[in-house]
Amino acid sequence: MKQKRITEILSEIAGKPITIGSDESLFDSGLLDSFGLTDLITKLEKEYDISVPDGDLNPRKFDTIDRITEYVEARA
Amino acid sequence: MAFLRGFGKYLPERVVGNVEMGALLGAEPDWIREMSGIEMRRFAREDESVASMAVAAGVDALEKSGAAAAELGLILVSSGTAERRFPGPASEVQFRLGAPQAIAMDVPMASAGALFAMAQAFEWAPRVGKVLVVAAEKMSVPVMAEPREKGTAMLFGDGAGACVVDRDQGFARMVDFELGTDGSAAGELKLEFGSPVHMNGRMVILHAARKVPAAIATLLARRGVAATDVRVFLMHQANANLLSKIAQTVGVDVSKFYNNIARYGNTSSASMLIAASEWDGGWDGSVVFAAFGAGFHWGAMMVEGT
Repeated sequence: MKQKRITEILSEIAGKPITIGSDESLFDSGLLDSFGLTDLITKLEKEYDISVPDGDLNPRKFDTIDRITEYVEARA
Repeated sequence: MAFLRGFGKYLPERVVGNVEMGALLGAEPDWIREMSGIEMRRFAREDESVASMAVAAGVDALEKSGAAAAELGLILVSSGTAERRFPGPASEVQFRLGAPQAIAMDVPMASAGALFAMAQAFEWAPRVGKVLVVAAEKMSVPVMAEPREKGTAMLFGDGAGACVVDRDQGFARMVDFELGTDGSAAGELKLEFGSPVHMNGRMVILHAARKVPAAIATLLARRGVAATDVRVFLMHQANANLLSKIAQTVGVDVSKFYNNIARYGNTSSASMLIAASEWDGGWDGSVVFAAFGAGFHWGAMMVEGT
């Protein structure tokens, strides 16, 4: 369920459908850049009422749909 | 008390446009502009040093302030591109300005250095009277050295900015600042002797886009000032897209963030003071300075027109 919504959020930020696999890099695929990542984290915080601490501000933690889902599920 | 009394700047004569830079880096000029908002930057001559540019900007700031080098009690020089390990450029600047009575200190912090030096000036001015804050950078040397990384090299330019802080008088009073440091990210943006600039761009943008608005928000809340009531935000000129993102997060139109990056590129710590020296929209009300850079170091400072 969360993965579906996260994919929708990513699609809103990328401005196009997300067609890559959930374990493929969002950065390497060009769907997410540095500024898009900032927007993504802000939207995740609002959507799931979580706070991403400075120590977690690492692009590697948000590089794939699987990693984002795992991160959110551990905190939401 | 501490007041801003005048700003100054120095930009080298040589203009390097995106066509020339693109040819040097193997990049399309349009790509450089789209990625950074930069259209040109200045490169210093071989015989120009961090200290010589700092002196030129310092003289300009002193002239604009109506102050003399002989009146200075402290000189603070920020640079991340000093040519040697020690001494830093501050002592040379003190000598070349003709200010033997002033103590001189280096702030080797790169991009956020001018802001941190201004915060030091805020604290020191009541003790020493007049403080000259200078930030000077010769970024062209490390970024154009082989191996060049085009995504990094395209961003930077050379230049210097300066500010005279006075205990007794000025056009704006320094009222408060909010600074932060996160040493866990020291390896994400660094320049070692004999090595090219290393920049983890995603980390830098992500942290800058979060930490600078947070520092500004903390400062504004503490002073009871709404972001929309700030006359202008004078920020380190790192990247036009980053300025837009931070303005959006702060909740103001991007036009509130002064932007000269198209003309000079990112001149690291010099950029904020160069921007301040060019700001001609007045100092009535609240003005906020802000910066982010290697370290990571970041922060914001508020001044109020007198």
